[in-house]
Amino acid sequence: MSTRTRPRAHPDDDTTTYRDALREALREALASDDRVFLMGEDVGRYGGCFGVSLGLLEEFGPDRVRDTPLSESAFVGAGIGAALAGLRPVVEIMTVNFSLLALDQILNNAATLRHMSGGQLGVPLVIRMTTGAGRQLAAQHSHSLEGWYAHIPGLRVLAPATVDDARHMLSAALADPDPVMFFEHGSLYNAAGTLDPAIQEVDLDRAAVRREGTDVTVVAYGGCVSKALEAAEQLSGEGISAEVVDLRTLRPLDDATIVGSVRRTHRAVVVDEGWRSGSLSAEIASRICEQAFFELDSPVERVCSAEVPIPYAHRLEEAALPQPAGIVAAAHRVVS
Amino acid sequence: MATAHGGTSAETPKAKRPRRAHGPATASRTPVAAHDLDLLRRMLLIRRFEERCVELYSAAAIRGFVHLYIGEEAVAVGVHQALDERDAVVSTYREHGHALARGIPPEAVMAEMYGKTTGCSHGRGGSMHLFDADRRFYGGNAIVGGGLPLAAGLALADRLRSDRRVTCCFFGDGAFAEGEFHETANLAALWGLPVLFVCENNLYAMGTALAREHAQTDLAMRAASYGMAAWAVDGMDVHAVEKAARGAVESMRAGSGPHFLEMRTYRFRAHSMYDPDRYRAKEEVEEWKRHDPVTGLADGMRTAGLLDTATLDDVEHQVAEEIDHAVRAAEQAPEEPPEDLLLHVTGRYEEAQA
Repeated sequence: MSTRTRPRAHPDDDTTTYRDALREALREALASDDRVFLMGEDVGRYGGCFGVSLGLLEEFGPDRVRDTPLSESAFVGAGIGAALAGLRPVVEIMTVNFSLLALDQILNNAATLRHMSGGQLGVPLVIRMTTGAGRQLAAQHSHSLEGWYAHIPGLRVLAPATVDDARHMLSAALADPDPVMFFEHGSLYNAAGTLDPAIQEVDLDRAAVRREGTDVTVVAYGGCVSKALEAAEQLSGEGISAEVVDLRTLRPLDDATIVGSVRRTHRAVVVDEGWRSGSLSAEIASRICEQAFFELDSPVERVCSAEVPIPYAHRLEEAALPQPAGIVAAAHRVVS
Repeated sequence: MATAHGGTSAETPKAKRPRRAHGPATASRTPVAAHDLDLLRRMLLIRRFEERCVELYSAAAIRGFVHLYIGEEAVAVGVHQALDERDAVVSTYREHGHALARGIPPEAVMAEMYGKTTGCSHGRGGSMHLFDADRRFYGGNAIVGGGLPLAAGLALADRLRSDRRVTCCFFGDGAFAEGEFHETANLAALWGLPVLFVCENNLYAMGTALAREHAQTDLAMRAASYGMAAWAVDGMDVHAVEKAARGAVESMRAGSGPHFLEMRTYRFRAHSMYDPDRYRAKEEVEEWKRHDPVTGLADGMRTAGLLDTATLDDVEHQVAEEIDHAVRAAEQAPEEPPEDLLLHVTGRYEEAQA
């Protein structure tokens, strides 16, 4: 397929989907920098298991859009080696659950080589993968393990939640001197939105306030941002003004934006699709308590996935995940 | 021998003998003599360096895990004869020999053992994580098999740039049991990557004998099944190692894809300084010591009239001086202040501090 037949999902305006925005970002990176190449399972002929790289093989050729064997450890490690040699690889792993097959390479090499070598080596590598539930894919394709990666010094961890971030985070990630984990929530690929022409780049060190409010801060990221916004809309109808902070970068966390918001609202609800125990939500709640304890009017609330492997059955899966109703209820608890 | 290298092409250590026709005794300044003397000097440097490490470890001057290469020197030195400075090397946690053979100065390696800022990893790595970016020495990897995918990536970069460099990856018979070896062997063969797989088969994965970890112990044969040239080499014979490596690298520079060399070797010391060495018979170790690659080369040279006692004494003296200097320099080198603790974690932090 020629990319000329698919320049953009909606060529007449700036409306696009998360998937198409990611593809445009990849195309731009491949076109503008010879050092960039994409590799992973089915990124070429298949077009990417979620269609993100459709057409890129035809446009850039098999050297730069490279199908790999089902060898996560080898091709992630090969990405690390190629980055050491001066290239700028983008490695795609199908899902975060599969990334565990490459966890050794990510932790023991990508995140560690700079330190072990006394600063001689850097690993400018981007590892993209799908995360999250909501599509009835059951327990081995649905987990949200990005919080684990956010535990690791040496990594940057990104979770684009909007079409603008899907479009612009990749170039910033490729400019980073260190390995970047890039988490695409599976439920967002078909999400449509309008690209803001004023946005041409993003600051990876900053969280974004997606909705301003005065009564409660709702902190969310990735697939939960839209749920938080939906909850905020509902709360608005009930006279509660909720501010929604989209973390965007899970490591390093933008404490200033998170805590700054809580200092204004005096209440916080943290939404995290990861399991509650030992989670990113726990880290954020701790930081709020450490930095703004005396400004809180009520204890921090958390809305997380139930502590169960994600089930297949639709009603059970829905029950396992953070939902707008749960966020609304948590907001009521902190505001009351 | 209780535990010999197995498989169809198994070879037990050969009796010491001159490996090449070296010419008359008066030829001590011939290229052959000079080359052999250079090989001997390089192997002796590794041997004496590590013997000093044992002393320093016993004196608590250096700490951590220290894995000695003694007995395997012919592999590092022989393979490096085939590599040039533009090639890349990926190594293991038993890498003092590889690092010294690569040309990292002994004082930089010794300072790393001391955890000093002048160490080749600025003291952040220690014995198991020696690095030298300028010499394209990429560690120093203490996850068994962990360096193999890196080697594929380094070679992929060369392939994409049409550069004729090769990447040499050292690993052991233990790593051959890891999935990462098999994933990487397949990937390298599939993509025709210039990776020289150098498997140092010393018969033991820590304390587990080859036949207790592999159903089929002919590792070269198994590697060949991935579709790459693979053969076994007498790893106690530096000339055999050099010849095999030169042949493989020459072929790889011509674009023939990855090669696999199973170096049949043996470590004379325990797995690490912590290892009481209970899993193998003393007689077995003594038998292998009769095939010591260092004395084997020296005896062969003597028989061929290429080495006299005065010359050997001179080499030993130079090596000892070099190591003395390395130890003195390491002892006097500064330690890194705790205020620098967070350096070298992210490039962004380094930039912010600069």
